[in-house]
Amino acid sequence: MRPFTYVRPPDVDASLRAIAERPGARFLGGGTNLVDLMRQDVERPAALIDIFGLPLDTVEELPGGGLRIGALVRNSRLAVHPLVRERWPVLSQALLAGASGQVRNMATVGGNLLQRTRCLYFTDHTAGCNKREPGTGCDAIGGFHRNAAVLGAGEHCVATHPSDMAVALVALDAVADVRSVRGSRRIPLAELHRLPGETPQRDTVLAADELITAVELPPSAVAAASAYRKVRDRASFAFALVSVAAAIEVTDGVVSGVRIALGGVAPKPWRAREAERVLTGAPAGEESFRAAAAAELAPAVGLPQNTFKIELARRAVVAALRGLTEGSTA
Amino acid sequence: MTQAPETRRPRQRPADDGTQTGAGPAVGRPVDRVDGAAKTSGAVRYAAEHPHPRLAHGTLVHATIARGRITAVDTGAAEAADGVIAVLTHLNAPRMTPPRPVSMLDLSTLVPGTSVNYLGTDEVAWNGQPVAVVIAETLEAAQAAARLVEFRYRETPAVTDFAAAQDSAEPLPKSFIAPGDARKGDAEGALATAPVTVDRRYTTPAQNHNAIEPHATTAVWDGDRLTVHDSSQSLDWTRRHLARCFGVPPSGIRVLAEHVGGGFGGKGSVWAGTLLTVLAARATGRAVRMALTRESVYRTVGGRTPTVQRVALGAGRDGTLTTLVHTGVSRTGRAGGTTEPFSSQSRHLYATPNLLVGHKAATLDVVPNTFMRAPGEAVGSFAVESAMDELAVELGMDPVELRMRNEPDRDPLGGKPFSRRDLRGAYALGAERFGWARRDAEPRSMRDGRFLVGWGVATAFHMPARFPADVSVRLRSDGSVLLRCAFHEVGVGASTAQSQIVADALGVPVSAVTVEHGDTDFRTGPMAGGSGQTASVAAAVLAACEDVKRSVLRLARRDAASPLHRHRFRDVRAGRGRLFPAGAPDGGETYAAILTRAGVPEVEGRTGADSRAGRALGQARFMTGMLRDRRRWVRAATGAHFCEVRVDSDTGETRVTRWLGVFDVGRVINAKTARSQLRGGIIMGIGAALSEETLVDPRTGRVMNPGLGEYQIPVHADIPPIGIEYLDEPDPTTPLGLLGLGEVGITGVAAAVANAVHHATGVRVRDLPLTPDRLL
Repeated sequence: MRPFTYVRPPDVDASLRAIAERPGARFLGGGTNLVDLMRQDVERPAALIDIFGLPLDTVEELPGGGLRIGALVRNSRLAVHPLVRERWPVLSQALLAGASGQVRNMATVGGNLLQRTRCLYFTDHTAGCNKREPGTGCDAIGGFHRNAAVLGAGEHCVATHPSDMAVALVALDAVADVRSVRGSRRIPLAELHRLPGETPQRDTVLAADELITAVELPPSAVAAASAYRKVRDRASFAFALVSVAAAIEVTDGVVSGVRIALGGVAPKPWRAREAERVLTGAPAGEESFRAAAAAELAPAVGLPQNTFKIELARRAVVAALRGLTEGSTA
Repeated sequence: MTQAPETRRPRQRPADDGTQTGAGPAVGRPVDRVDGAAKTSGAVRYAAEHPHPRLAHGTLVHATIARGRITAVDTGAAEAADGVIAVLTHLNAPRMTPPRPVSMLDLSTLVPGTSVNYLGTDEVAWNGQPVAVVIAETLEAAQAAARLVEFRYRETPAVTDFAAAQDSAEPLPKSFIAPGDARKGDAEGALATAPVTVDRRYTTPAQNHNAIEPHATTAVWDGDRLTVHDSSQSLDWTRRHLARCFGVPPSGIRVLAEHVGGGFGGKGSVWAGTLLTVLAARATGRAVRMALTRESVYRTVGGRTPTVQRVALGAGRDGTLTTLVHTGVSRTGRAGGTTEPFSSQSRHLYATPNLLVGHKAATLDVVPNTFMRAPGEAVGSFAVESAMDELAVELGMDPVELRMRNEPDRDPLGGKPFSRRDLRGAYALGAERFGWARRDAEPRSMRDGRFLVGWGVATAFHMPARFPADVSVRLRSDGSVLLRCAFHEVGVGASTAQSQIVADALGVPVSAVTVEHGDTDFRTGPMAGGSGQTASVAAAVLAACEDVKRSVLRLARRDAASPLHRHRFRDVRAGRGRLFPAGAPDGGETYAAILTRAGVPEVEGRTGADSRAGRALGQARFMTGMLRDRRRWVRAATGAHFCEVRVDSDTGETRVTRWLGVFDVGRVINAKTARSQLRGGIIMGIGAALSEETLVDPRTGRVMNPGLGEYQIPVHADIPPIGIEYLDEPDPTTPLGLLGLGEVGITGVAAAVANAVHHATGVRVRDLPLTPDRLL
């Protein structure tokens, strides 16, 4: 790890000023990804602004039934929050499917969102990686890419965003509250992460000095019947090969509301709007589920080792929807 | 579903089973680990935990090319960094003497992990070879400065793609550690005429050990005397190798490893970390500690070779085997590497008139592979035991019945007798406990909701090794006993088992026995490998304890007041802390009484010679005996695995949900630690079956997943309750009848899983690991 300066400002405003004053500075939350990457010399912040102790760690119910989640709420606490379990079960399940108990105890909501999109070559300094070092190529494409993206990737980068929580939040239309010394803005989570394009080094639309202070969950009737399905090589502590966050509402055998997002298949949490479009108003059943999954994955492109993800994602979408509608399908 | 009864049994407390009084035999009991409390309370020290004043810390810099020469080095920035003491490269490091070729007359020549003379050459032999050591006042300073060292290379063409190197593979020469190729009858010809055949290709990937304790060394020089704390499975050989490398006598070197946090073969050889810590201490005049990062372990310590194997079986319609072919290719490094004799078990498992086994190795410019738990059988059993299951399917025969039909009476290859073998007993007990008779043979016939359920079996087989070992046993006038031997506690309960053996041999309680180990100042221990440590040490312990009892009786016979005054040794027995005439357990007198009256504070029994000539003679005698044994018997631990898997019908995710292993491992010394070790082998096998794979980039020869996040060993959630049963009948050819059991547990596991997956899904997977994509 390289030397860096460390400051712990007393409040949010001071933290925003601290980062604005220090080029190359980064916010430090639970450190579960940033510190790992610093040890591997991939992240080289000149300064760390430690915000872990700031009072952004509360969960508040909003008028109208939504939820405001402080950016520093630990993953483990949010997963067991009674309102989350009751109204947005997909979020609780996604959180518990992520990382390990020890990591969840440290990881924050904001930090989970901002963990790096990555692959094996991102952390190896001998490898070409446009994300770590723009212009050096992508060694994953001709190398190991079994867990690479099949949607939204490009010739410059095929890494996937590994968060489970973010997949659920994107499905639930969550919105991030973002602040900096220049003011504040709200970013729908579906727009927070970006596709690699020509600049894979940038994972999100945030500026270097912007801080996520909270995530808001809007009230959602459809979320009451929601679930997270994660497919992985071992039973715990493994990134998703494919994951599905799904919520569905069926009225008289017809899909009256549906939210689907996919993980493990794209450089960002992937909202499956095409699948939702196909399903809305369609009879709730295996045939519609298959058609919706096929429509969403129609543009998917695989590499030699990860083409299986296209079929796996189709199956996982169908299985998730089937699991939510069993007993109520036509 | 039946659970293995062992898992239902309440926790056994060994409190009043006789082991605390010396009245009943201690061997066989589930005695708690003698070092359990010290370990769980953090009182024991591992190699990276030994404090020293003015300790410096080392870290490695690794080569980033597969093959070539270093053309330029820039250490300026690193040397100028805060806290840096020295940066050693081939330009400024003291020279070590390069490793010697392997000699059968000196087994310690087996111990170098590679042939590289570290920091003594500008040549690079693999991507990851250490090319510099940074020594600093703190670990953090060393690691930060290591990033600043820059190398330039001139690359030469390298072979780094195992798949592409198949055609260049050469036959492995036969040696005393590799059995070589063998044939009986006309195996290929018989295949052409057999009524039923299977002829398949199986592959297994490279794997790494992943002991919980990464390799670590602390080295201190005092003039030409050297003390090394090392995470080693072979202390004596390490000492001898260090003596050769640094040109000092072995007697001046002390290597200690009181506790080792798991080895699995990965700490059986001397690797760069150990040598370069000692070199760094030599060069800087400081005590140096180097605790390798997990990445450095992957880059510098070999793992298991990948394999491509062919198994072909021919049988009559009644299932009688007529031929067995097992051939294939493994990998070796241009800078060294052990063999992985994957056809080992196939020589001995099944009666067949025609048999052909052959082994080739392709030479690659990658880190030399090494021993990893059951080298050979761990991956060879996957191929042959999968093929047997495929043959059973072809025949429409139960896979247990097929194996029993071909169970040999004598060794199929040479006709030698087995020292003992009761696979029939193991399968019969296992089938009954597992409920095998309820299995519907039809694939995809056992469903539970969205899960496809499958049951599979496979045979476990491993031939334990033996090594020379010497011990000293000291009986004190207070009745306590001290056993000393430079054997290794790699986490398996070795000291507990030896305490039990001493307790029974002298007739004292386990609590009276102290065991000191892991220090070359003690008498020479065996390597902790080849499932050979317990038996190797036990043989010496029994001899030394006889010695002790003779010495004590000699004192009693000199004393007219002793009730043993006129007794001869062969008529005397030991028990409850005393010697007594056979048939009169309350007669005789206690050790304490005899020693106290004689005014002798202690008597010592020991094995082995102290002189150089005596040691050489001992080693020659040992090798002669070992070779004679090999000619007389085939000696193996065996077992029958029964497993149940559930495969998600949507996603192909396979999870193991039930396991029973029934083993024939001779006499079990400690019921608790033996079960634990067999269970550990099965867990490691489940990892190999389902998720473990070292990813070596075929373009660069570089390991791309050098860490526990990306190399996926099983987590707790992957492991079901594992039932362990054993037949507990002694082997007539070993000390106490025990057969080493450290490795047999992993053999056959991957095949049992793959066979169960076939039963569940109808899909035969012949390539490990068995990840969801293989089942879509």
